[in-house]
Amino acid sequence: MLSKRYAWADRSRCVACGACANECPRGAVEILHGCFARMDAERCVGCGKCAAVCPADCITLLEREARV
Amino acid sequence: MKKTHWYDYLWIWAIIYFALGFFNILFAWLGMIDFLLPLGFAVFGGNKYFCNHLCGRGQLLARLGGKWKCSRNRPAPRWMASPWFRYGFLAFFLTMFGNMIFQTWLVAAGAASLREAIKLFWTIRVPWGWTYTAGLVPDWVAQFSFGFYSLMLTSLLLGLIVMVLYRPRTWCSFCPMGTMTQGVCRLKRMGKDGASEKENV
Ligand code: SF4
Ligand code: SF4
Ligand code: SF4
Repeated sequence: MLSKRYAWADRSRCVACGACANECPRGAVEILHGCFARMDAERCVGCGKCAAVCPADCITLLEREARV
Repeated sequence: MKKTHWYDYLWIWAIIYFALGFFNILFAWLGMIDFLLPLGFAVFGGNKYFCNHLCGRGQLLARLGGKWKCSRNRPAPRWMASPWFRYGFLAFFLTMFGNMIFQTWLVAAGAASLREAIKLFWTIRVPWGWTYTAGLVPDWVAQFSFGFYSLMLTSLLLGLIVMVLYRPRTWCSFCPMGTMTQGVCRLKRMGKDGASEKENV
């Protein structure tokens, strides 16, 4: 079962510092080519730890589409 | 639990670096590592491995503000992570860096004499003479040490202030090294997929 929510980083604000990746208990964050953070939505459990430390405050927890 | 690596202790290096400058200013030169390594990773590797894993300063801020609870943990004002502020601060910082190199050159050329002081926030002069014995090295080598240490200490203090006021690593959102390395990485990925702002997924 996937969590209700998952983390998403806004690339127009992300500074690629990696604070989120260091915080994520699931290893769901990758800093893509030093440009932006990308969360693996499948792995993410929506705990929000990354969002709480992001210095640019650019991580949002999105609702997963309701699946049948 | 996440695995702990040797490099997770580099925050201790950050403390040692600043401590050494209180005893002998010439150790300031070691700070060049923190300038060249991140740029090396960005230019040759196209990554921010330094920021993501090796930066002692980032780790120190994360630890002080996180585990040791010295941060209010509030989101910083949005302009602080905006491109114009980040690049503006980078430009300002590089100008000040250039000015420091210029002062060093003046001393090397004999046009100015060595000043055994550090300058905080580019304005407050603090006597720092006890950390240097005149004549030990060429004057310009010492002048660079005082100038470079001033920049390092000023930026650390700025980092600590925004750490307390906002989130632990707020400094990282406009740190000149961070901005510069991300800029290099983006340039390197231009025109290639997987790292464009347009694929904001
Ligand atoms: S913490 Fe925020 S700014 Fe830093 S890499 Fe993660 S999403 Fe980007
Ligand atoms: S919400 Fe939790 S699991 Fe998902 S990326 Fe952030 S820290 Fe990792
Ligand atoms: S942004 Fe600056 S302080 Fe933060 S991890 Fe990178 S180099 Fe270190």
